[in-house]
Amino acid sequence: MTRLKAQIIKELLCLLRDPKSRVVLIVPPLMQLLIFSYAATLEVSNVDMVLLNEDSGRWSHEVISRAAASSFIDSIETVAGPEEMQLAIDESRALMALHFQSDFSRNLAAGKPAVLQVILDGRRANSAQIAQSYLNSVVSGINEEIQPELSANMPKAEVRNWFNPNLIYQWFIVPALVGTLAMTSSLIVCALSIARERELGTFDQLLVSPAKPLEIIVGKMVPALIVGSGLGCVMIGAGAFIFRIPFTGSLTLLIVSLVMFIISVVGIGLMISSICKTQQQAILGTFSIIVPLILLSGFATPVENMPDLLQIFAEANPLKHFLIIVQGSFLKSLTAEMVFASVLPMLIIFSVTFTLAVVFIKGRLQ
Amino acid sequence: MKNGVSKKSNYSRRLLSLIRKESLQAVRDPSTILIAFILPVILLFLFAYAVSLDVRQIRIGVVLESDSPAATELAAAFNSTRYFAVTPARHRKEVEDMVVAGDLRGFIVIPQNFDALLASSNKAATIQVIADGVSPNTANFISGYAQGVLANWNTGRISEKGGELPPVISLEPRFWFNPEIESRRFLVPGAIAIVMTMIGTLLTALVIAREWERGTYEAIVSTPIGRMEILLGKLLPYFALGMLATICCTILATTLFGVPLRGSWFALLSLSACFLVPALGQGLMISTLTKNQFVAAQAALFSGFLPAFMLSGFLYEIDSMPFILQMITRIIPASYFVANLQTVFLTGDIWSQFIRGMSAMLVVGALFFAITAAKTHKRLDI
Repeated sequence: MTRLKAQIIKELLCLLRDPKSRVVLIVPPLMQLLIFSYAATLEVSNVDMVLLNEDSGRWSHEVISRAAASSFIDSIETVAGPEEMQLAIDESRALMALHFQSDFSRNLAAGKPAVLQVILDGRRANSAQIAQSYLNSVVSGINEEIQPELSANMPKAEVRNWFNPNLIYQWFIVPALVGTLAMTSSLIVCALSIARERELGTFDQLLVSPAKPLEIIVGKMVPALIVGSGLGCVMIGAGAFIFRIPFTGSLTLLIVSLVMFIISVVGIGLMISSICKTQQQAILGTFSIIVPLILLSGFATPVENMPDLLQIFAEANPLKHFLIIVQGSFLKSLTAEMVFASVLPMLIIFSVTFTLAVVFIKGRLQ
Repeated sequence: MKNGVSKKSNYSRRLLSLIRKESLQAVRDPSTILIAFILPVILLFLFAYAVSLDVRQIRIGVVLESDSPAATELAAAFNSTRYFAVTPARHRKEVEDMVVAGDLRGFIVIPQNFDALLASSNKAATIQVIADGVSPNTANFISGYAQGVLANWNTGRISEKGGELPPVISLEPRFWFNPEIESRRFLVPGAIAIVMTMIGTLLTALVIAREWERGTYEAIVSTPIGRMEILLGKLLPYFALGMLATICCTILATTLFGVPLRGSWFALLSLSACFLVPALGQGLMISTLTKNQFVAAQAALFSGFLPAFMLSGFLYEIDSMPFILQMITRIIPASYFVANLQTVFLTGDIWSQFIRGMSAMLVVGALFFAITAAKTHKRLDI
């Protein structure tokens, strides 16, 4: 026990001795939380639009003035011909172009449907689709006035969004960032710990010391565990108190699962670390695994949109399971039973990666 | 004059041998190969298949409370759209728990009195759309598509009854450069920027920080080699590696992932070369300021890789960010590179845009190098 304690103290000192290391452990993740939570939004605003109007009637004017008044448009540039319109889109000066043909108002007046051409930049198709849906609601507002008979009899859809009634994107992204940033930090700390000793040649000294391999490994795990869980707790606090996200679940359960999550991440880090010979290899190995872990977690896009094979991979991703817990604990008042259903896979991931790490390290002993 | 010539040939000889040494070191380490060739393949694959922004088959429940004809017809309309994968139910109780558990993303209730209200003229029939707000993006899609299905169904119903429809304005949207609206077409080019950030910034930062850590940087400094030569010798191999990775990524993107390259290779490679200047500059700056691999790795992660991911316009639209963040994106070279890559792949050679992007990247690069130069001294007492 004293040996283990000594190991842990030594590892913590190694990590925290250098003032620069202390700073990069704590400051950047918290800054990233602030910056990214404001950057990551799938709402679209400040759209630049190009207008090519060959129609002189009142209806094109009606559409334009209403579009201009809606909040998602930032600027409207009027052009004289299709070449100029194309250039503005090509050069990405505008996300969207409206083209009214000369018979637009005449068609409506004559009782014929009028077609409004909308050109959207497919390079930014996601934003363009959202901008198009905003434009759609502008146009359907006008349509309802043109044809009150239809809209009077039109069945209504009453939309209610559970857990996040106003669909505030930060309520989604901040809990997701808690998991992502805590994972990234602890993974790097852990992956570097063994690799650094290997690179410096002190790992062999450690192996011939009275410390048992298991003690060495646990000693290496603890600093990463403290860093990851500590950061996670601070960020959960920031989510509740700075971003004012309602916290409806059980804090105890969330913290227990955070620790479980970091342990499973540390298991992955140990496994990488035990294979690598140098710090550079460990860092690059960590990066190569961080990217798939983030992408297959549901952070950027829902897991259920992915092909079946990748959904199976996602099951082996602790971040995927933790995101369900952390988002659910904030918004959905997740029950203990549901939390446990997501903790279990993390435990399995940990036992596999931890066993592999022990095997690799013991392999070096013989 | 003679002296000058021999000085110059000395210079290039020394530089060449330095480059040779650095290249050998780089190629010998398997992690270089991992990051320059294997990781790009994995990344491009994930961005082509895992990160799909195309919404299809959202899992929802449709609660049909009565078997009246119009209600059944509307439920069938929800069933047949490709945007939804429908779980039918008779009571909302059946699906509510599935939404809480995350098995469904929402549900639609067609109430018992739907037909009766539809026939009456003084009250509008109403369906309820419940969406799981935990993922706001999906929730938006559910309400948008649900209203679309409802409107279509209603228009069809009226015209079937022989009702005369007054004229309306309809939108005819066309997505240029990407008519099928496949997200992989703009995500895969963007992913190249992430790969290049890892090679340029992360790898360079690590390699030079390691030299500082081990004291071998001092060993080089003590030789007659000049500061410029050391830097060029260090950076040129990684520049070459970055260009090689661009070529590999582009071949993969166009052959395997079905992304067209509508612009020229010349434009693509010029853009990559211009991007590598700030990317390498940032790596160099990080290593000079930190002189420690662990700190350098964290710094490269948080100042290079994550911003390239989150603030470059790759996943999240820069125009929609708050003003201060838009200003921050201006000094992130990846924000120019992502936009230009998407153009060169999907649109073609739009040199007016490229030149703006390239000069911005070079300016940011010059800034990084200037900071590095101010912080490097060819002295040992630092």
